[in-house]
Amino acid sequence: MAEKLLEVKNLRTEFKRDKTWVTAVNNVSFSIQPGEILGLVGESGCGKSVTSLSVMGLLARNSKISNGEILLNGKDLLKEDKKGMRKIRGREVAMIFQEPMNSLNPCMRIEKQLTEAILLHNNFSKEEAHNRAFEVLKSVGIPEPDMTLKSYPHQLSGGMCQRVMIAMAMSCEPELLIADEPTTALDVTIQAQILELMEEIRAKKNTGILMITHDLGVVAEMCSRVVVMYAGRIVEEAPVHDLFADPKHPYTQGLIGSVPKLGSGVESLPSIPGSVPDLSVMPKGCKFAPRCKYATDICHQQEPELVSINEAGTRKCRCHLLNKSGKEA
Amino acid sequence: MADKNTTSTINLAAAEELPKAQSKFKEFVKKFMKRKTAVISLAFIVFIILMAIIGPYVVPYDPQAPDYTAMMQGPSAAHIWGTNEYGQDVFSRLMVGTRLSLTCALTATIIGTALGVILGLIAGFYGGIIDSLIMRCCDVLFAFPDILLAIAVVAIIGQGMVNVMIAVAVFTVPSFARIIRSATISVKQAPYVEVARSLGCSNMRILFVHIFPGTIQSMIVNFTMRVGTAILAASSLSFLGFGANVTEPDWGSMLSTGRNYLNTAPHMVLFPGILIFLTVLAFNLLGDGLRDTLDPKMN
Repeated sequence: MAEKLLEVKNLRTEFKRDKTWVTAVNNVSFSIQPGEILGLVGESGCGKSVTSLSVMGLLARNSKISNGEILLNGKDLLKEDKKGMRKIRGREVAMIFQEPMNSLNPCMRIEKQLTEAILLHNNFSKEEAHNRAFEVLKSVGIPEPDMTLKSYPHQLSGGMCQRVMIAMAMSCEPELLIADEPTTALDVTIQAQILELMEEIRAKKNTGILMITHDLGVVAEMCSRVVVMYAGRIVEEAPVHDLFADPKHPYTQGLIGSVPKLGSGVESLPSIPGSVPDLSVMPKGCKFAPRCKYATDICHQQEPELVSINEAGTRKCRCHLLNKSGKEA
Repeated sequence: MADKNTTSTINLAAAEELPKAQSKFKEFVKKFMKRKTAVISLAFIVFIILMAIIGPYVVPYDPQAPDYTAMMQGPSAAHIWGTNEYGQDVFSRLMVGTRLSLTCALTATIIGTALGVILGLIAGFYGGIIDSLIMRCCDVLFAFPDILLAIAVVAIIGQGMVNVMIAVAVFTVPSFARIIRSATISVKQAPYVEVARSLGCSNMRILFVHIFPGTIQSMIVNFTMRVGTAILAASSLSFLGFGANVTEPDWGSMLSTGRNYLNTAPHMVLFPGILIFLTVLAFNLLGDGLRDTLDPKMN
């Protein structure tokens, strides 16, 4: 297997709630290669964002990573101290957030915000930083970088703000970009432009991208591999084509089944009954069993392992109903 | 190739949509001008500040020159606000006294604001035990009435103008700490603070470069209101004899000396009193006006 840019092993992140620790992310492992886009999919509250914040070391103070390793180019980020992490953030890993309109400081001109990261991580003079800011703005498709540099965020549209955010994230050419629902707050045409831009950056700079989303359309268009999370666990991992062609886990099937299809003429969308279990009162066996229409006794008793289900080991699934060959038992 | 074409058309569209938004400051001025009381208050304050700067050069009489032929005269054409027990012109003394009273109040408020803002930022940002420690200390200071606290401070460190400033600054600190703390707590949850962190900013940088500007609004409003309180407090301390030298023209001490002649020359109390009253009122109304203009919920 090729070298890994990011490798997360058995990550377990816990939150303190009313003096007890609840597990938000449990035993999560995945890896990203340079130039690869990995999709991380799941519904709200399944631990997608917590996973990404764990990688960035940006968890809130009432949380802790109690187990696991996060290796970036073989270096364990969990062993880095605060100062070391600050140097990594922005320079080696950068992040794009959900709400571009709120993610820029309203009191600062774009120039100051953009050059901030550049000056923090490089030994540049102000003028060099300005030129660099101009260059990155141009590279993210902003038509008049000079005018934009002088603007305040409220003078820009949502799509422009997200471009500026991407420019900020890319200003120090990180090897890994974490995009936490980068297109959720944008309208569809702008979404397409932003996704195209990210694909362009990946192709040009060989950046690894962790794409966190609940939009399966985005996943189908952008990602090469997909990790599906449910209730803080990975339930299925597969190359994107295989996942859409033949989803194995009942939850993934439900997710894909609930996407409207053009021309299908169905009045009401199929949905997965029930809702995500509360973190503090998790079911004993398979976490999806209470909502699963195939659930059997063993599903309620014992939690299944995440196992490889094909010969090449590219597909993994966490379900009792599948045996090693990937056939439904 | 087709791809390239689409991108360029998109870019053109984006260029047109870039709004020529009015600057926030212009918008603010426009809204502020609609509030008549605040505008009048501002005008009055500007006049007072002007007097503090040029007062000594434009007043009709030397504020310190006694005139024993015209002692304790009521308002007249020659002395519009009358004269005091040494025949000094009350109007001239009040105008020149603006400098002393205003310098004292402003310096004290600025020192108090600086300390209060720093404490509030730290308390709100770090939370936990640091927050509790700072806020409980402020609660202790809050428990005393302002003027009592100031008297206590002066009693400990001694009399004089500088000490009055320190005393007034001390009781200005807790209100700023409290207000800035709550502003900090709300600003620190803004997404752009997380972005700054994700780019590798240190805590200090986030606190002073990213969070502090977001709290300036509440700071300005409270500042104008506290200046009024500080003038009152400084005058009160002078009135009680803790502050400026009685021979110097100071609003509080003029009020204090005037008190002895209340029956024979009430104008000696009346005019300093009115001036203090109007100045404090003006600062408070200006503060109200600023708050209403800056608060998005009020529009």
